Amino acid sequence: MNKIYRVNMKDLTCKIEDVPAAWVGLGGRGLTSNIVAAEVPPTCHPLGPNNKLVFAPGLLTGTPAAQSGRMSAGAKSPLTGTIKESNAGGTSAQQFAKLGIKAMIIEGQPAEGKWYELHVNNDGVTFHDASALKGKQNFAVIDAMNAKYSPKIGVVTIGVPGEERLKSANISVKDPDQKLRSHGRGGLGAVMGSKGVKVITIDDSAGKKVEIADPEKFRAAAKVFAKAMLDHPVTGEGLPIYGTNVLINIINEAGGLPTKNFRYGTCEHHDKVSGETMHDVIAGRGGSTKHGCHAGCVIQCSQVYVDEKAEYITSGFEYETVWGLGINCMIEDLDDCARIDNAMDDIGIDSIEGAVILGTAMEAGVIPWGDGKECLRVMKEEIGKATPLGRILGNGTKSVGDAYGLTRVAVVKGQGIPAYDPRTIKGIGVTYAMSTMGADHTAGYAIATNILQVGGHVDPLKKDGQVELARNLCIATAAVDSTGMCIFVAFPALDIPECLPSLIDMINARYGINLSGDDVTDLGKSIMKTEKAFNDAAGFTKADDRLPEFFEYEPLPPHNMVWDFTGEELDEFWNF
Amino acid sequence: MKITVKLFAGFRNDRFKVDDLEFPENATVVDVLDALKINSPELGVAMINGRHVTREHVLADGETLSLFPKVGGG
Ligand code: SF4
Repeated sequence: MNKIYRVNMKDLTCKIEDVPAAWVGLGGRGLTSNIVAAEVPPTCHPLGPNNKLVFAPGLLTGTPAAQSGRMSAGAKSPLTGTIKESNAGGTSAQQFAKLGIKAMIIEGQPAEGKWYELHVNNDGVTFHDASALKGKQNFAVIDAMNAKYSPKIGVVTIGVPGEERLKSANISVKDPDQKLRSHGRGGLGAVMGSKGVKVITIDDSAGKKVEIADPEKFRAAAKVFAKAMLDHPVTGEGLPIYGTNVLINIINEAGGLPTKNFRYGTCEHHDKVSGETMHDVIAGRGGSTKHGCHAGCVIQCSQVYVDEKAEYITSGFEYETVWGLGINCMIEDLDDCARIDNAMDDIGIDSIEGAVILGTAMEAGVIPWGDGKECLRVMKEEIGKATPLGRILGNGTKSVGDAYGLTRVAVVKGQGIPAYDPRTIKGIGVTYAMSTMGADHTAGYAIATNILQVGGHVDPLKKDGQVELARNLCIATAAVDSTGMCIFVAFPALDIPECLPSLIDMINARYGINLSGDDVTDLGKSIMKTEKAFNDAAGFTKADDRLPEFFEYEPLPPHNMVWDFTGEELDEFWNF
Repeated sequence: MKITVKLFAGFRNDRFKVDDLEFPENATVVDVLDALKINSPELGVAMINGRHVTREHVLADGETLSLFPKVGGG
């Protein structure tokens, strides 16, 4: 991967540039965040001409390394106002890697009202009129591009909410089964829409195999790494069988399952939407309980959820989405939840933000609690069509809270809080508060240590050790997010001693370099500090690194605990 | 004494979801695992009343013990 495509939407040009020395050792999040920090004025309007949308595959993407096919997208986020990186599976990352594209930077804006398809191949990018696609949702865009080229074409697309620059809009990526994966969080779909880019198509037919400096060393390390994935009970057994939704029951038992818009920590009907139930429903109906979001995934945490006639309803139906709909919105019918998930994929909004939006809309009285049919209608007919109500909702959880004068609004830096209550799982609360991205559980997944007892145990109900835990996890995650690896490699990495060294060996063998474990930690630290510096320059202060006030005065049953970290305690997070 | 045992994920296979079982006084989590023929290393998490307990934890009459294999997500 030795070139950068710089796409200018004002004059419709693409320059192919060499990779500057400072960026050679970077990939994925490390690269997108460094490019955004270097080139985007922190105070710019996220939807204006000065923001840039950057795509970068990870350092190991395109190699035979298991789990390495994730693509990072970065920009200044319209939802949070912070720097943002969001990574996704699908085919685009491996296609970029084959084409030798280390990053694609989309800058500028076209004349008002113009829509383009960017066609990416070995020679650069060409610009095609996409006005016929305007108003189409994601699955229709995929059909149109498959018809125009072939089903092998890579597709990266936005739906109507992205066109309309709504802050919950995501960027969707076609997966190997012609379905979708998403750069979900932070409203990056709105940034793509603001650049007049409706769709990016990728033709990798002139691509080459990714070169590996030391193939023998690589092969040996890749084997150890893949074995660790398969040997660890979480990645080898739990995730493939039950998917991420296995968490519903354990988080419920722990009393940290946010229920009815963060009122309670347990939910009576939890088993109706649990991973165990979902597994039985899928298996009983002839769907598939295992599925990979990209070629080369050996864990296969995903699934294909079907109806009673074994027809497709949705895939990539993750714990956070099931929680948000099934528990936080009290929608007891798993089929309804699956249909809403599919609608969010189709219109292109983040399925975590979308679910938290619906819960907040229920709080506001706009939708009755538990009404899955109405939620589906709201997704398709209001947010999907960007009606006035759809805009209030589609602009995110905070927008709904502001519009209806609510205080129980679960956001940090404007981004909806996902599926773990910070009052009773305190480590994840520190991550929500301190992450450079707004409330984001993947930024430092303290659930592993607080609840799952992977990588040791830190009592979720006590403050002791949580800041240090969240800090270490955030640093490690920033580094892992740069490799192109999916987040779940963390489970074996926390428990199996040879896992992390084999990951580093693969990077070294790929590039002919000699990174140590400390170098990788330093990489994570430097990414975090680069992102923090961007946010500081954009106007963020310590006061933004806090959870919503209601967590401090509303005790969460059954443990009846509140969020009780002081500002000084939290600020220790940045002490590295 | 009576212990209510709740099982999750793969632990349910060929066993049960929830059942009331009898144990002698001072039984520990390990005794429950043994009675259910669950290999101790397979245990991921044991909880009583939403709090994590160790394998050595001594159970009290009437408690509900939840047992999870090693699971994860995110
Ligand atoms: S484990 Fe899940 S998220 Fe990770 S690569 Fe596989 S399908 Fe994608």
